[in-house]
Amino acid sequence: MLDSSFYTKTDEILSKYPAQERSLIPIIHEIQETYNYVPIELLPYIAKHIGITETKAYSVASFYERFSFEPKGKFIIRVCDGTACHVRQSLPVLERLRSELGLSDKKHTTDDMLFTVETVSCLGACSLAPALMVNEHVHPAMTPDKATELLKELREEASKS
Amino acid sequence: MGIMKIDGYPVEFTDEPNILSVIRKAGIDLPTLCYHSELSIYGACRLCNVEDDKGRMFASCSERPRDGMSIKTSTPRLVRYRRMLIELMLASHYRDCTTCVKSGDCVLQNIAHRLGVNSVPWGYRERRYEKDFSSPSIVRDPDKCILCGDCVRVCEGIQGINAIDFAHRGTDAMVIPAFNKHIAETNCVNCGQCRVVCPTGAISINTNIRPVWEALADPNVKVFAQVAPAVRVAAGQGFGGVRGENVMGKIVAALHRLGFDEVYDTTFGADMTILEESKEFLEVFKKGGPFPLLTSCCPAWVKFCETRWPEFVPNISTSYSPIQMLGSIAREYYADPAHNQGKKVLSVGIMPCTAKKAEILREDLKRDGKQNIDYVLTTQEMITMIKRAGIRFDDLEGEAADMPFGMGSGGGVIFGNSGGVMEAALRSLCEGSDRAEIENLRNSGVRGPGPLREFIFKYKGNEIKAAVVSGLAEADALLRRIKNGESFYHFVEVMACRRGCIMGGGQPAHGGFRTKEARKHGLYESDINTQIKKSNENPTALAIYDTLIKGREHELLHSHRH
Ligand code: SF4
Ligand code: SF4
Ligand code: SF4
Ligand code: FES
Ligand code: FES
Repeated sequence: MLDSSFYTKTDEILSKYPAQERSLIPIIHEIQETYNYVPIELLPYIAKHIGITETKAYSVASFYERFSFEPKGKFIIRVCDGTACHVRQSLPVLERLRSELGLSDKKHTTDDMLFTVETVSCLGACSLAPALMVNEHVHPAMTPDKATELLKELREEASKS
Repeated sequence: MGIMKIDGYPVEFTDEPNILSVIRKAGIDLPTLCYHSELSIYGACRLCNVEDDKGRMFASCSERPRDGMSIKTSTPRLVRYRRMLIELMLASHYRDCTTCVKSGDCVLQNIAHRLGVNSVPWGYRERRYEKDFSSPSIVRDPDKCILCGDCVRVCEGIQGINAIDFAHRGTDAMVIPAFNKHIAETNCVNCGQCRVVCPTGAISINTNIRPVWEALADPNVKVFAQVAPAVRVAAGQGFGGVRGENVMGKIVAALHRLGFDEVYDTTFGADMTILEESKEFLEVFKKGGPFPLLTSCCPAWVKFCETRWPEFVPNISTSYSPIQMLGSIAREYYADPAHNQGKKVLSVGIMPCTAKKAEILREDLKRDGKQNIDYVLTTQEMITMIKRAGIRFDDLEGEAADMPFGMGSGGGVIFGNSGGVMEAALRSLCEGSDRAEIENLRNSGVRGPGPLREFIFKYKGNEIKAAVVSGLAEADALLRRIKNGESFYHFVEVMACRRGCIMGGGQPAHGGFRTKEARKHGLYESDINTQIKKSNENPTALAIYDTLIKGREHELLHSHRH
């Protein structure tokens, strides 16, 4: 169960858009921006408001990669496992990150909600392989040790703010 | 209007909506996996691709025929292309054909076979998802889904339900209920129309064959069946018979052979429904409302009304559906030791309908906590049983249904058609057995094409405004108009399945336009061949009012829904 603040916020977002099917994507987008994820419980609520079925809302929301139904950490680390990165040893980097953070291919986010580790198929930075992204920022030519170093820096950054 | 060339032969076209229909009219059966004439065009499978004289390839289902056009349907390039499409589909398909429920009746399998796909160059896919057995009516097996979208379009477009839809993307793409819920937790009304259009085993009937077969083998159980009207004009298809032919005699013989002690005719139950429902209607009509009275025979419709239009639930007739009528009365009959011979009695309904599997479980249709019918088997399941037992259906001599519940009127038989319940009800209001009057009613507009028909019936100097609707999206729109005051009717018949139960979710699949028409005419013809036309002239139905159910009509023949 979500607490009522979620619904208050959602009402606020809903009020900005006409109650019709076309508003679905902008609404979900704004929810994603607000919470860094789309609380799945809100979908039936939104669907009802704009007059579509919850099945449609789920269909659309689950289609777009940029919408996530899981809460994500403050730092979203996307490790590239595209062909270029893969042949230049991206997997050891991924494994190091996961083992340091206690994550796996099932568990993507640390309990303190600081880190989310995901893989992507190509970041479009193949000349910098193996590459990863932290939020919007690309980190080139990664190694497992550089990954450990990166986590340390991010932790420090977090403790400062 | 115009003439086009197909593989070098001139073919005339008139109002065909797309080139694919013209090709099929010309006698060429192009394979397709996503085309159904009554659904919106999706253009996903690309199997229907053809080439024009410039070598341009395009989907024939998505383009209009034009005069002077020249196309080829089977160039080596097209054949290669189609084969590759199927290979790709099979590469990501969980291919356990030998143990798949759909094997032998599967469109994907048939097409692969026809195109000569004898190997798949890209390995094999393992099972990834669990089957969903939550619904009493349908089973979902997402590993078999090829994402053609047919079920989504029928569920959303024709039924207005949208219980299932595409979700996720890329290799994770699936057709599932919202949030990957079980189908039973959604607003699914169990109509089974998704199963009818599904080309693969991804949606199938939740079968009850096993417990019935066990009971048939048990000498201490007396098993009786009742066979619904629509079953008789579709079952023959399962044995390669003539479309729409009434094979009731053979069905009765086959069921006897399978070990059913008695085989009754649900047409009798339909007559009982008419007797009660027309009484109900006259009461409402005299009282001046509440209008419209809505029919109660279709459980998918009843569930739809309950979930989407609760304010109209009090308008639904409380009269039992035909299967419940016969089930309830037979229960009374078999309570007598003279009839049960000290044995346990098992009541089985043979139905065109997957939703009946859910109806028999409803609380408001139980008496003393017990169901009126123990199991529902669909037409398709009955065909499977007959085949499994090795009975040669074609060679059977027809037999008559058993008494006392083996006889029904023509009105009862046409129940399986959209409009049939309404026609039977109004026919029972016709004075006497005047043929002319019955004929007038037949031509009043109650029959005919289209999912919605409105007409007026003259009754003792009054006008009864009636409507017949099939397909729940159409029914939804109708109820909205009634609610907004844009339309007014005294009496409305609703069936969830387009064209009625003849196209129910438990019927043999792959029914095109000609099959639909043939089933419809099959029932109307059976009416013509029945001597007793009116439900209220069925002598056995009338007799039980003075015997079996005397003074207990309300308890035995009506739902306590409200
Ligand atoms: S049974 Fe009917 S309502 Fe349920 S998913 Fe299938 S088409 Fe939709
Ligand atoms: S479940 Fe069947 S009808 Fe629906 S998309 Fe999959 S294959 Fe097509
Ligand atoms: S129209 Fe007939 S077959 Fe279809 S769901 Fe209703 S009762 Fe069943
Ligand atoms: S493969 Fe990693 S950035 Fe392209
Ligand atoms: S039938 Fe034309 S694309 Fe599938």
